[in-house]
This record gives sequence, structure tokens and C-alpha cells, in this order.
Amino acid sequence: MTETTSSERLPIELRTEALEQLLTERGLVDPAVMDKFIQTYETAVGPMNGAKVIAKAWTDPEYRERLLADGTAAIAELGFKGPQGEHIVVIENTAQRHNVVVCTLCSCYPWPVLGLPPSWYKDPAYRARMVREPRVVLAEMGVELPADTEIVVRDSSSEVRWLVLPERPAGTEDMSEEQLAGLVTRDAMVGVAKVSAP
Amino acid sequence: MTASAPLEIAGPAAPPRSNGELVFAAPWESRAFGLAVTVYDAGAFEWSQFQAALIAQIAAWERAHPAGGCFSYYGCWLAALESVLAEAGMITSHDIADRAAVLAARPPGHDHDH
Repeated sequence: MTETTSSERLPIELRTEALEQLLTERGLVDPAVMDKFIQTYETAVGPMNGAKVIAKAWTDPEYRERLLADGTAAIAELGFKGPQGEHIVVIENTAQRHNVVVCTLCSCYPWPVLGLPPSWYKDPAYRARMVREPRVVLAEMGVELPADTEIVVRDSSSEVRWLVLPERPAGTEDMSEEQLAGLVTRDAMVGVAKVSAP
Repeated sequence: MTASAPLEIAGPAAPPRSNGELVFAAPWESRAFGLAVTVYDAGAFEWSQFQAALIAQIAAWERAHPAGGCFSYYGCWLAALESVLAEAGMITSHDIADRAAVLAARPPGHDHDH
């Protein structure tokens, strides 16, 4: 592994700028292409994509079946694909079993449906503690679960990137797919929140 | 041990209550992100290579900071990118340090004089 001591002597902003200059000069990075990638992930790719997937699964039983059988393929049906979109496995939350997602090694995250991971997901305290005491951490994050609800912590990796299919809240029977998508939050798809009826 | 540290309730690593937070905490983070994705997209390395390097950097950080501390995900990310580029023989950490030193020697206000 490369020694990182030198990177700590100069401000990381300068090191990043230096690397960008070198890669650009050597023709390895086209700044216009790079700006497009950054802009896409800042504005166009985010949890609203995942929310559409969940709302469709709630309203279309056949889609739900395909989604639970092959997450990546069913998600690609809606046009969401790209880096970190391989091997997405969708797992259903129920009253009996609550799944919550973490990546203990490097904060793997399904970008095409959730965008880039939030800072708390990447925080070592979240990564370590959710595995050890999920009920306590979930409560700190606002999810109080009944004692008889089983909690399963799903560890994402390069082979499996988990996405939670949250429970559809009661009282939303008359809502359209589009209205339902508006209720689904990123946190619910990671399993650190529940979806509430409006 | 970071494992016993509570989650921050305020600050950049705090658990959110809404989806409205910024994706990147500072401009350099977005550049570091963009560089890795762009060079990968151009076929310079496999994503799995980058991911393995990122795992190694984060693990090294955790070993070096047993009491937790100021974790920088994109700091690890940049170091991982540097190591993958060095392994591919494309750019060494010396090249980067030399260029960064040149950038550091710019006069103050160099980017505000137009």
C-alpha cells in the first residue's frame, strides 16, 4: 500500500488539485467529462430513484416479485444503472423482521438508486456500532422497534449491495404510485427509518 | 475504540432527519470523487481494484486512530486513488507531492486577480 505520510504534510485540497492537473495533462481525465459526472451525482442521481422503485413494488405485485428475485435487473427496468449498481439485493422489511444496511469495510452503497452515501453512513461509529448494538443505534436514529421484532444487519460488499424495501404504511391504500414515491425516504431504504403515512 | 463512540448528533457525520444534506462537505471532495469515477470510466482500472484500495485505506486509518477522531472518507478515497494510479504506473505520489508544492508556492490571491 502506498505510504500516505506525504499526503498529510500538504493540505488535501492542494493534493487533489495537483492530481487533477497531472491527470488532465496526461490525457487521463477530460475535465468536461468529470464535471458532468460530479453534477450528475450532485443533482440527478439520488434517493428519488430508489423511491420510484419502492413505490412501484408497493403497487405492482409482479414488479415486486421481480425486484426481490433480481434487484439489479428490476431496477434497470426503470432506467437506473451505473457504477455500484451491480449485485443489488432487495430485502423486505416486515412487522416481524427489520433489516438495516451497513458496509463495515468501505461504505459500499447502491449509487444508482440512493445516490452517494451520506456522511453518517461512512462514519466509523455507525459502521461499527450498528453491527454490535443495532437496536440501540436504531433508537438513537429515531426507530423504536418492539422487542419481538427481529433485527437483521445486512453488511454490503462488492458482491451484495443491499436495498431495503420498507413496509408500506397503513392508510395509503388510495394513494397513487407517484404519491407513494413522495413518502419514501433514503433512510427508509437503508433501514434506519420507517415510512410514515402523510 | 471507535466502536463505543456515540454517533455524532450534530456536525458533518450526524445521522440525518431528512434527505436534504449536501453530498460533498467541501469542493475538493467532489473533485476527488470525480477523478476516481472519470479515470475508472476511461478504463484505467477495475472498480474492484479501487474498492480494495479504499478498504485498505479505511482499515489503515482505523488502526492509526484507535480512539476515533476526525475521519475523512474522501481523504481515504483520494489516498486509495493515488495508490491505484501508482500501482498502474501512471502517477507516483512523488509526482503529486511535487506538483502540490508548486501549487502551494502560488502567491496569495492567485485565483482572484481577474
